[in-house]
Amino acid sequence: MSPALAFLAQTLRIAVPYLFAAAGGVLAERAGIISLTLEGFMLGGAFSAMLGSYYSGDPWIGVLCGIVGGLALGMVHAVSTIRFKADQVVSGIAINLLAIGLTRYFLKLVFGSSSNSPRVAGFSAGTSSTALMTGLLHNPLIPIGLLIVPAVAWLLYRTPFGLRVRAVGEHPEAANTLGVSVKHVRYAAVALSGALAALGGAYLSLDQHQFTDGMSAGRGFIALAAIIFGRWDPVRAGIACLFFAAAETLQIQLQGMQAIPSQFVQMIPYVLTIIALVGVVGRAVPPAALGRE
Amino acid sequence: MSDPNAELMREENPSTVSESMVIIRSRTLQDRVVEAVLPPLVALLVSIVVGDLLILAVGQSPGAVYRLMLEGTWGNAYGFAQVLYKTTTLICTGLAVAVGLRAGLFNIGAEGQLAAGGLAAALVGLALPAGTSALIAVPLCTVGALVAGGAVGFVPGALRAKWGAHEVITTIMLNFIVLALLSWLISTRLRVPETLHTQVIRAGALPRLSAAWSGFHGSAANGSIAIVLCAAVILGWYLFRTRGGFELRAVGLQPEAAENAGISVGRTWIRALTISGALAGLGGINFVLGYEHYYEEGFATGAGFLGIAVALVGRSNPLGVVLAALFFATLSQGGLAINALVPKQMVDALQGVVILAMAASVPEVRRLLALSRGKR
Repeated sequence: MSPALAFLAQTLRIAVPYLFAAAGGVLAERAGIISLTLEGFMLGGAFSAMLGSYYSGDPWIGVLCGIVGGLALGMVHAVSTIRFKADQVVSGIAINLLAIGLTRYFLKLVFGSSSNSPRVAGFSAGTSSTALMTGLLHNPLIPIGLLIVPAVAWLLYRTPFGLRVRAVGEHPEAANTLGVSVKHVRYAAVALSGALAALGGAYLSLDQHQFTDGMSAGRGFIALAAIIFGRWDPVRAGIACLFFAAAETLQIQLQGMQAIPSQFVQMIPYVLTIIALVGVVGRAVPPAALGRE
Repeated sequence: MSDPNAELMREENPSTVSESMVIIRSRTLQDRVVEAVLPPLVALLVSIVVGDLLILAVGQSPGAVYRLMLEGTWGNAYGFAQVLYKTTTLICTGLAVAVGLRAGLFNIGAEGQLAAGGLAAALVGLALPAGTSALIAVPLCTVGALVAGGAVGFVPGALRAKWGAHEVITTIMLNFIVLALLSWLISTRLRVPETLHTQVIRAGALPRLSAAWSGFHGSAANGSIAIVLCAAVILGWYLFRTRGGFELRAVGLQPEAAENAGISVGRTWIRALTISGALAGLGGINFVLGYEHYYEEGFATGAGFLGIAVALVGRSNPLGVVLAALFFATLSQGGLAINALVPKQMVDALQGVVILAMAASVPEVRRLLALSRGKR
């Protein structure tokens, strides 16, 4: 396989969890609910997917369980922020800590380990560089992950539900006047964001055939960075995910040459996000009702 | 003569700081106490219920587990000293988040500020000649920690004041940036080969509490808790007894009214986040000067997010923060004590539950109080 193709394949594999989480996060944020939760949703999804696959021996049952885990965490966040009007930032941080704590607790309880689960059935992905491209096709979550961004863009811009999501995120009072239930739309958007981010987590544990403690490893925050860098547009956020993944791939492939310290590559998404917020090249403006009741 | 209508309008719509303060004062003392104390109690209750469920899931008795937790923390000198050690760092990150909240800002970057403070304390301690008197070395290292943490806190303050970049996002992003920078510094320049830590500092070490009383033997608790408690007192004085603190709280309550009153909101934001970062950075002395006497990568992990829990439960009040820090330190040390019966990871989950219950009950209690006020 040519180096260019290997680069592309590795970039896509790294980008998939970002794409899932960013697609989910865009939906919640456009509905006006802050997505600091993506990290927790991913971790919960990764764990429940592993658990489903462990007990059933079928990775697809794992995917299903991952979605259920993400939905459950999403509903907790939705109930606390929408029903109880909890501060969305605080609730998001609590969801992340809850996901870390619960996955650690049940990892220890079910498998007696504080670091990782046993090997479970997952999707095979070739590890040698020659098999990378075929590996992409063997893991069905990769094509799904690539399609999820256009799907969310379609949902957001081409369906009545998407119109309601955007209305509720920009001007909830107006949406309410037109008979849109702000609560219901937000519940749906947050639940969907939980399910989608959890799919990103499921990809992680099913790709590695096991769950390891804290395996989301900040990916939820990179996805959030991509959302902001992509100015809350699903397609631009998806492109940002691909760009961040390409930078990581470059760093991995240059590792032998010691060209750039890995820490500086890790910083790229965060530095770019701050630059986007400061508005050096066109300012990133969030949905008007983001974080408000 | 002033226009009486203007007077009337102002009554309904506070346009100055003193007026919005008056409106807040006008709630009865009883309501204010209920509003401050009830949510933490609700959060405690909810976390006990969830804790019971997690304990029952392993087939243990909740009573036995909680007793073991108390015995392993407040029940013996070593356990208590370990609680004090963990409390010290949490007071700092808790105060950091609290001062931000008082100014209406959310500092999620305490972890990076804490780490930066720790490294600065270690670098000052390494730069001083061996044998420097602790009376000189400790204050210098402490100032180093304050300055480094404050510098990291200044950045999101300036980004918010000058460009309107929201501090929730910038502090998260800066956290990753600062931690990556520190990791790079450690791995390329500062570490002892084959480790993740620096050399042992030449000066500035603080005595352990076990030096004063041998019952604390083996615990990491050290003299930095005195410095940190002083910081809490000074912060309380600053917030509630000085003009600067008044301005800070005014901006937190009603930025528009504060601006009308001639307070520079942007400058106050920068000041608040700089103080916030400095307080988080101060926490670095607990590990570096008091415990290991070197900076080690990862020592700050988790302390930033726990600081948010501490500030919320402590209702952004310095005394409340100290008490809440004691509570969360007890929980975290208690996890080790119960590990034989229940996985210690249970307390990680409970921390999330406490924050969630706090977040949900604060607006709920406020809503119920407003309802009952309406009826009176």
